[in-house]
Amino acid sequence: MQEAMIKRAVQLLADGTVNRVMGWKRGEFVYDITPAVFTTAEELEKDFVCDDFTQANLSKYLVKESRKEGKILAFLKPCDTYSFNQLVKEHRIIRENVYVIGIPGGPKLDIEKIKAKGITGILSVENENYTLKIETIYGTETMPFSEAVSGKCSGCKSKKHVAYDELIGDDGEVLDSNRFDMVAKLENMTSQERFDFWRGELSKCIRCNACRNVCPACTCENCVFDNPKSGIDQKAAADSFEEKMFHIIRAFHVAGRCTDCGECSRVCPQNIPLHLLNRKFIKDINELYGEYQAGADTTSRAPLNNYNADDCEPSVVHERGVE
Amino acid sequence: MQRIGVFVCHCGTNIAATVDVKAVAEALGHEAGVVISQDYQYMCSESGQNLVKNAIKEHKLTGVVVCSCSPRMHENTFRKAAASAGLNPYLVEIANIREQCSWIHKDIASATEKAIILGRAAIAKVHLNTPLTSMESPVVKRALVIGGGIAGIQTALDIAEAGFEVDIVEKEPTIGGKMAQIDKTFPTLDCAACILTPKMVEASQNEKITIHSFSEVSDVKGFVGNFTVTIKKKARYVDETKCTGCGLCTEKCPMKKVPNEFNMGLDNRRAVYIPFAQAVPKVATIDPNYCMMLKNGKCGVCSKVCSAGAIDYKQTDRFVEQKYGAIVVATGFNPIKLDKYDEFAYSYCPDVVTSLELERLMNAAGPNGGTLLRPSDKTHPHTIVFVQCVGSRCDDGKGKQYCSKICCMYTAKHAMLIREKYPDTEVYVFYIDVRTPGKNFDEFYRRAVEQYNVHYIKGMVGKVSPKADGKIDVQASDLLAGEQLHINADMVVLAAAIEPDKTARPLATMLTTQMDTNDFFTEAHPKLRPVESATAGIFLSGACQGPKDIPETVAQASAAAAKAIGLLCKNSITCNPCVAHSDELMCNGCSACEKVCPYGAITYQDKEFRMPNRTTAVRRVASVNPAVCQGCGACTVACPSGAMDLNGFSNSQIMAEVDAICK
Repeated sequence: MQEAMIKRAVQLLADGTVNRVMGWKRGEFVYDITPAVFTTAEELEKDFVCDDFTQANLSKYLVKESRKEGKILAFLKPCDTYSFNQLVKEHRIIRENVYVIGIPGGPKLDIEKIKAKGITGILSVENENYTLKIETIYGTETMPFSEAVSGKCSGCKSKKHVAYDELIGDDGEVLDSNRFDMVAKLENMTSQERFDFWRGELSKCIRCNACRNVCPACTCENCVFDNPKSGIDQKAAADSFEEKMFHIIRAFHVAGRCTDCGECSRVCPQNIPLHLLNRKFIKDINELYGEYQAGADTTSRAPLNNYNADDCEPSVVHERGVE
Repeated sequence: MQRIGVFVCHCGTNIAATVDVKAVAEALGHEAGVVISQDYQYMCSESGQNLVKNAIKEHKLTGVVVCSCSPRMHENTFRKAAASAGLNPYLVEIANIREQCSWIHKDIASATEKAIILGRAAIAKVHLNTPLTSMESPVVKRALVIGGGIAGIQTALDIAEAGFEVDIVEKEPTIGGKMAQIDKTFPTLDCAACILTPKMVEASQNEKITIHSFSEVSDVKGFVGNFTVTIKKKARYVDETKCTGCGLCTEKCPMKKVPNEFNMGLDNRRAVYIPFAQAVPKVATIDPNYCMMLKNGKCGVCSKVCSAGAIDYKQTDRFVEQKYGAIVVATGFNPIKLDKYDEFAYSYCPDVVTSLELERLMNAAGPNGGTLLRPSDKTHPHTIVFVQCVGSRCDDGKGKQYCSKICCMYTAKHAMLIREKYPDTEVYVFYIDVRTPGKNFDEFYRRAVEQYNVHYIKGMVGKVSPKADGKIDVQASDLLAGEQLHINADMVVLAAAIEPDKTARPLATMLTTQMDTNDFFTEAHPKLRPVESATAGIFLSGACQGPKDIPETVAQASAAAAKAIGLLCKNSITCNPCVAHSDELMCNGCSACEKVCPYGAITYQDKEFRMPNRTTAVRRVASVNPAVCQGCGACTVACPSGAMDLNGFSNSQIMAEVDAICK
């Protein structure tokens, strides 16, 4: 797969279709993959990587990249194409300046799940028939692939590319996922239990802003949390929970626009399941206004930005909040 | 430093009986920035306003808070007072301590506390108020009338009379509407066509009036004084400019079996037709559902006989765009469909007819040339039963809850006309109530009962059953006599409820006007602004606003015209300065605001911005047309980045109010 991608990227650079390539490169460790822009065949052949650890969603980077001179090639997994579409819909990505190659998605691996098995000093990770062969400085370890699958991939909603100029590999289908199971479980809690759950989770937050910085729905020119005029930037917290309102405000901000790409939870250094807040909104929208998947297309009107005469009454929304 | 004056109104006892106004004035006098706090019996009175004006001058006030009734009542009064004393009118805030406080509370202590809190919120807001200046926007001196019935015709004639251009858009091939189908009019019994058709001709001959017949409004953009409307001129396959209305094609067309909608389907017309003799414009129209030439390319008779060469089988829908300053809606009504009323046998017995069908049956230009005959066997009916309120005043969900208003009078008219012309006919009228308010209306009804011996029976008809001998058994209850009746009738006439035309709802969406649950257009105020819609520049004429008879319709049509003329007379109108604006440095260009804007006030443009390190970047940013924006604020809540804000109701002002209330 990686070879095919490099080969095609080199071709497109050579024939002038694009002048840059958006992909991934390896960092200090094999599992340490970061998004990168390549401009020459040499760079691609040396650094370009696409393997079981390339989870990062490249769509958000295209907000800035698509505004630069010339066209850029981007490799997008199925889940990334939803974010891409949503950003095109919001006029954040200039579609004409991007050449999208759809590539097959996960399941991808989460290094933290491997490390949780006590495996450290990792040199390389090979997938042999869904058994991971892990070379470490202490010797070789094995574990089942399924036990190391990233949380973002285990609730996969779709293997279908909703935007691309060409595909490498086959296109898949929208999946009947179980991604709302945990939300349903939270809904069934009493409000006190739910409050305790979230206070427990959100109290771990160190306000590193990683979730915001990675979120493809968070592309405001001037974020409300950085804007002195908003009255909430750098605000001293009145109590221990107020700081956590950051996450609630953020969830409201991306409601109806979040495609459930799962990047927020993936990058959280404190492993807070932030995606559950967004999924609650998605589940509510689906139930109140009918099935809606943000980013599935670039033209439809989002339920929260639209009004139909048969929209549910506010009283229905109200009753759902009453225990 | 702010210098704020607070003025607490007693409103006689309206406020003072439940709110300790002196305590409110005292408490608010201690708020930061407040330099004077007073109470007065009637702040809106001349002397009350002088109190405010003098305080502005004497204390050099920078803001005014009036604790009184709803801003809907007197905000304008106090703004004007402030302006006359030299203070920008938008530095005045109203704290509503009447409708939202004194009227809804009984306990003086808690109502007083709440009034103080509401006052505090207004003070917090006025601290952040900025002076605002109204802009002016020009008025296009042309009006659009949607609907060419008697309401639309009257409105157009009145506007044209005042010297303004008017366009009438009528969806049917001719203007005239329902009145053209009516035989006689109550209470004078003059012939409807005789009084309507001269007006139709007058409209067509008036050089200020343009009639777009067989046309529909397909798009409306813009705002009061400056609407841009797209009119769809439907293909009629006849060149209007060439057709002389000779009618030869309508005689020669071989397609003879097309139900004639003008005669309510009681007889047939041809595939090419002119609805009736006095149609305006008198131009033929080809019905593509029946024309053999348009359906399978075989025929072409009309084209051959037309000496004017007006037939054009290749004609397509055309779209015309025009600018208007005012729009008058006159879309009228229709009788409801009676398919849910099987108990009256309407769907399967031809001798059970609606009142509008009876109009055609009795009309000289109708299917029987004016002789009243049963549709089934063309014999003279000797017993006729009228059923009132079919689908009106109906609580069972099948019909309408409202009274259709016109049925009592036209039924009295029908009964009287039948008894006059065919004295051997027995006429029964079953009613819930007979409602005849209107000049000479009750006298008219009394005449039907007393002079013409029409049998009025209070009670509803339960069942209508056609019998094998061609008669109709009408089973009903006489509520006053307390007995069940069976009437052996020859004909049954149903006074079907009336409802707004089906085109009204999509039109309301295009015009962003409000409708009630029955799809009647809602007036801006039921008593004081009856012919204006809540949307500026849109006026209401005739039955589209509620059931009406002809005199009322014409009166309202002229009233709507007067309002439209009042607008068109102005060279420009003052805009509301409380409009939205976008902070371009924060705008993402995501289109969320544009999508929720009900007025189409938001557009996007690519603008170049200076960026760090001496670079520039082109960004897509929203801009609000302040003349179109109505200040509803939908965009400010839809904007994900907080770039949209509303003058006079800024996010920071609202947060300050909330903070003051929660303090």
